[in-house]
Amino acid sequence: MKQTFAVAIGGAAGQGVATPGDIFAKIFSRRGLHLNAYNAYQSIIRGGHTFLTIRTGPEKVTNMGDRIDLMIPLNQDTMNRHLGLLTAGAACIYNSDTIKPGAPGSGVQICPLPVSKLADITRNKVAQNTLAIGAGLSMMGISFQALEDVLKEQFRKKGDAVVAENVGVARAGYDYAASNFKPFSYPLPKTENRYAILSGNTAMAMGGAAGGVKFYCAYPMSPATGVLHWMAAHARKAGIMVRQVEDEIGVINMAIGAAHAGVRSMCATSGGGFALMSEGLGMSAMIETPVVVIDCQRAGPSTGVPTKTEQGDLWQMLGAAFGDYPRVIAAPLDIGDCFKVIPEMFNIVDRFQCPGIVLCDLLLSEGRLSVDAKDLDFAPPIDRGELITSGNGESSGFASNGGYKRYLITKSGISPRAIPGVPGHTHTAGTDEHDEDGVLISDEFTNPIKRRAMMEKRMRKMVGIEAAVPPPALLGPRNAEVTLIGWGSTKGVIEESCEILREQGISANQLQIRWLVPLHGEAILDILKGSRHTIIVENNFSGQFARYLRSETSYVPNGHIRKYDGEPFMPHHIVEAVKEQLAGKTKLSVPVHEIMV
Amino acid sequence: MKSWFEEKTKMATGVAPPEQLKMTDFKGKVDPDWCPGCGDFGVLSAVQKALVELQIPNHNVVTISGIGCSSNFPGFIETYGMHTLHGRALAVATGMKLANHELTVLVTGGDGDGFGIGGNHFVHTMRRNVDLLYIVMDNQIYGLTTGQTSPTSRIGMKTKSMPFGNIEAPVNPISLALAAGATFIARGYSAEQKQLTQLIKQGIEHKGFSFLDVFSPCVTYNHDNTYQWFKPRVKKLEDDPAYDPSDWKAAMGKSLLWDDEIPIGKFFERTDVATLHGAEPVLNEGPLVHQDLRVPSDVARSFIEELM
Repeated sequence: MKQTFAVAIGGAAGQGVATPGDIFAKIFSRRGLHLNAYNAYQSIIRGGHTFLTIRTGPEKVTNMGDRIDLMIPLNQDTMNRHLGLLTAGAACIYNSDTIKPGAPGSGVQICPLPVSKLADITRNKVAQNTLAIGAGLSMMGISFQALEDVLKEQFRKKGDAVVAENVGVARAGYDYAASNFKPFSYPLPKTENRYAILSGNTAMAMGGAAGGVKFYCAYPMSPATGVLHWMAAHARKAGIMVRQVEDEIGVINMAIGAAHAGVRSMCATSGGGFALMSEGLGMSAMIETPVVVIDCQRAGPSTGVPTKTEQGDLWQMLGAAFGDYPRVIAAPLDIGDCFKVIPEMFNIVDRFQCPGIVLCDLLLSEGRLSVDAKDLDFAPPIDRGELITSGNGESSGFASNGGYKRYLITKSGISPRAIPGVPGHTHTAGTDEHDEDGVLISDEFTNPIKRRAMMEKRMRKMVGIEAAVPPPALLGPRNAEVTLIGWGSTKGVIEESCEILREQGISANQLQIRWLVPLHGEAILDILKGSRHTIIVENNFSGQFARYLRSETSYVPNGHIRKYDGEPFMPHHIVEAVKEQLAGKTKLSVPVHEIMV
Repeated sequence: MKSWFEEKTKMATGVAPPEQLKMTDFKGKVDPDWCPGCGDFGVLSAVQKALVELQIPNHNVVTISGIGCSSNFPGFIETYGMHTLHGRALAVATGMKLANHELTVLVTGGDGDGFGIGGNHFVHTMRRNVDLLYIVMDNQIYGLTTGQTSPTSRIGMKTKSMPFGNIEAPVNPISLALAAGATFIARGYSAEQKQLTQLIKQGIEHKGFSFLDVFSPCVTYNHDNTYQWFKPRVKKLEDDPAYDPSDWKAAMGKSLLWDDEIPIGKFFERTDVATLHGAEPVLNEGPLVHQDLRVPSDVARSFIEELM
């Protein structure tokens, strides 16, 4: 089994859960360790219950895992809710002035900190947090210097006195733990690697900047707002026009306006905002102006659970806008992939002049992961497709003969796209059905022959798109007992579940879908033909991907594992469900999330 | 094998700029399909005249519309055009202007498109002072859907959707524009060609959001607000030498007049407000569409460094 270590910090919103989280994350990443952070929280600024899990280790850590090694409850509520999750070898550090411990499980170390004796709590309101960090790091076998360096950075702006105060308090916690608590059975390792720590939202925003996005606009909506925040903060350095718009209808239309002028243009939202963008998406397809829309799924329907994750928007994406039209939908597989998928998507939508959707979810958008800096490539290939600009427009041959047809019927369905400002290529792009030259055929003389030809021209682009996108591949041993099928963000947790199953004597492999449209149904069928028992794993109620796969391929799996409680899968949820399904107990498992957040 | 595109782009031929643009240069690929006598014809010819008088090359103009009778406008004029979604023209036009602020952006549409379904974008585009000219062909009725009440239909007006008479107060586009912070506000009348052409020219030349509400009678569905009804009522603001269009309060006062005297002309203009594209430092290096796509490598490195 992978060697990992998970720290969980819980408290009310406003109690300062984020700062200790950031400090632990920095220290782990500077030891050359990988990490994955997941914050379970609610739509509240003060109060409620927030539970942050940071899991670290020398190998890649793809999910929150099953085990908490160190818990730091900042209030009684957290202690009451979660002490029972700790198992042998774990420890709980808490402020014994204000929090009473419950009965710990066997082998769980209870570590009370007499906070008012160790620090001046009248001066330092978050002394308990700093003491606990010091104590925790001491038990992990990490030198105090590492903590001192991070604290200096963290509080530098507040002046030397504040730095000294915090370093002093941390030291008191560190020393107290050294003489009063038992260290963890193995000290946290150290490597020479260095990783970047980022959220999926930051990754998608940076991927946009790397992929040549020049226009980004949005309306704030959880969990997509992080993309706007990164874009806004870095716009001037990156040379990106960033606008906050009055609503998502305005967002998609403004993004398309900019795209039509010739720049790469992107926007992000969540399910509710995406619903407002639907008509605009159809416009992008009809006037053949490429745009990329990110949908960060949260638990729906309607306002739903704004701070919780779900993979429940798939059919909204598939059904968005009316009529048939070419488009591309991709679901990034992890936070590193959130970066990579954006330039890839832009190259496809630029070539095929259609809308592209990146279907992310809260788990990736707001989770944080260690990524090798080399994977954040700011010089990816950029292919703008058949674009006629003021740079090449004079030589297109149309400038003098007046023969430019914006929607020229071609074999590929792709018509060279002239942007406004280029002499000799004036045309009108209409959302009404139109002829090759852009003249409407919808109003005065509708023409079934021309309508059919234009429909077929646009839809022919799907053939090229399918060829441009790779089919999915099977991960793990070919002849496994069970094949787990997932899509998007569940890649990491399914991967780890397969490893655990193998350790327990059940061979398992994985088929993870990244490109949802085009789906490559034939290739998927080819792979699944060789599978012995197939189970589709997804974070929604109705099995949206299972229904989609069946609609495209008639394929029906042996079973389903679904979760729709707002929280992500943990590896043991999947492992236990696979075992009960292989034993023939059920074909549908809905694991119970035991962490009450 | 070379693609069709690659072969075409090799056929180099120079483009000689036309000597002097004429009315016929702005004639669209198709003739308008408006009803005979529709006020929109007058707006189209006034726009074409204004562009000829200003000598703006066709390819530097983008005409953007929503949906409705008047929104068919871009197809009837020889410029770049976008015939977008119902109510969304201003949002699309904002994106267009920000991505290439060297273009002259004209937005054309009707009262239902602009004040009904597009009302939200109307207010926000004005407060942002996006540098474009927005012409509303205001006929106080929904025409293309065969005659329903619009946001500017007067109280009591009978239509197919309110057969016993409208009971909702109309929106006052001029007062609304004044309140929302538009920096050029005018009202034209499609039968007053000379004045309308001048207002369009001024609106194009104004640096900022120019709003031009044009009475454009619907001869088929609006039997209340006809040419005969407007003729004795419209009074040109410029005929009153005491009227000062830099006086916002005076403009608001004039905007409330209706019935016996309906002012047309320039209500208000101010030139001391930055345009949206002018206020954005990202555009200091020139139009977005001409800027480099790549983030400089030292800047990219600094972005990654923040995460370490």
